[in-house]
Amino acid sequence: MIDLIGGIVILVGAIFSLVAGIGLFRLPDIYVRMHAATKAGTLGAGLILIAIAIDAHDLGVTARAVAGLLFLLLTAPVAAHLLGRAAYLSGAKQWSQTCLDELEGKYDADGRRLDGTPDADLGRGPIADKDEPGPTTSPR
Amino acid sequence: MAEFGAHFLDLAILFAYGAMIVSFALSVYRLLKGPSPADRVVALDMLALLGIGFIGLFSISTGEYAFLDVAIALALVGFLATVAFARYVYRGALAERRESPATEAGDES
Repeated sequence: MIDLIGGIVILVGAIFSLVAGIGLFRLPDIYVRMHAATKAGTLGAGLILIAIAIDAHDLGVTARAVAGLLFLLLTAPVAAHLLGRAAYLSGAKQWSQTCLDELEGKYDADGRRLDGTPDADLGRGPIADKDEPGPTTSPR
Repeated sequence: MAEFGAHFLDLAILFAYGAMIVSFALSVYRLLKGPSPADRVVALDMLALLGIGFIGLFSISTGEYAFLDVAIALALVGFLATVAFARYVYRGALAERRESPATEAGDES
């Protein structure tokens, strides 16, 4: 019975991994690709760790598998956030059919701070040039 | 029932190996092709996750659960590598902005 449950969990994890790979291959731009790689990829690896936790008849192995799973779940969003921010600031191209870019023009020229955040006007470094067309066209 | 379960587990592991190899190949394609450096970093992150999955599958199929520690260490290294590469991409973007401050992040589409 335990083998059956473990096998089903492995199957689901493998399918999620496959979907993540296909998404990484096919999706149009980096922001959309990160959906596939981060969420489906983490779920695929995490489900296989869950299968180890189910299959092992040993409390130590189960505990280590669960600890690894927790670590994955904690670190994946952090890494994805850092990557997405770095990609946006490096000017990665967006898909031609992307219809909403809420960050457009909101970063100051340095790329360090968001305009409109509470500490944006504290004077640490230069604020964006206000006469550029980019920042002024977007509503605050 | 137990025999069927064991057979099913073996088949599931076999299928999972195949699926993850295909996924691995697709990620490597993205790693080699990816237009921007950030794409390559995403592909590397995915490869680390697939490595964790591979090690997990191997430790289930052989019953050698000591490899689980390798998987956890790989998760740690993969996370740190992703963070470091993200910093690298970010630093490069900052340096580029400092050289040519006229380009804005949102103006290409």
